[in-house]
Amino acid sequence: MDIKETSEGGIIILKVSGEIDGSNVLDFEHTLKHAAERTDRLVLDLENLEYVSSAGLRAFLIIQKEMKKEDHTMTIKHVNEEVMGIFMVTGFVKLLNIEED
Amino acid sequence: MKEMTLEAKRENLHQVFDFVTGELSKIVSDKKIIRQVKLCVEEIFLNISSYAYQPDTGPAKITVEVEGDDGPVRIVISFSDKGHPFDPLSVGDPDTESDLDERQIGGLGIFLVKTTMDGVNYEYKDGQNILTVEKTLQFS
Repeated sequence: MDIKETSEGGIIILKVSGEIDGSNVLDFEHTLKHAAERTDRLVLDLENLEYVSSAGLRAFLIIQKEMKKEDHTMTIKHVNEEVMGIFMVTGFVKLLNIEED
Repeated sequence: MKEMTLEAKRENLHQVFDFVTGELSKIVSDKKIIRQVKLCVEEIFLNISSYAYQPDTGPAKITVEVEGDDGPVRIVISFSDKGHPFDPLSVGDPDTESDLDERQIGGLGIFLVKTTMDGVNYEYKDGQNILTVEKTLQFS
């Protein structure tokens, strides 16, 4: 897994690539939390995310809940077909703000 | 059939991935299928790592069978542990309709296994939890 951060007028964009699994999910969660503390608008670009397991889904859910509590937003972009399949079957499409391409 | 026994702990996840995907790649070339199977393997192995021997750790045995020299390819993977008897299929599915405030975090792993594989079977035999998953592919 690799996460690249860029920012644009107060928005932090994290481009996540590779795989989020049970062995690196804590790094993923930590990086998201750290970014979420510094912005009210977080964008996750998942174009190059190839794999996410339930461990990763939990991390998405935790950050989404925290951001919502603060009235901040987390937007997810460029989700590929495979990862979208997982978001759909688990009902995460209802929980996350996923922008359609 | 190939088998591997190792200590069920999170740090060993990638060893399990390497073993299972190594066996699959001999016959299956579709990376999407390999990732789906990998997902199931992770969910089951981490369940065993987190709960089976709690608060200790113990061994997990994993067997992989990929057959289908001509015709559909059948993948059968089994996981055995000697931990506390527990049928993961007895856990109810998460409510995928609930909204953010009500959504519970647990139960997703085994749900993903059930939705991804064609068959999931649990038995408790000779002091072991044995969970077997299978998937049949029309094309490899």
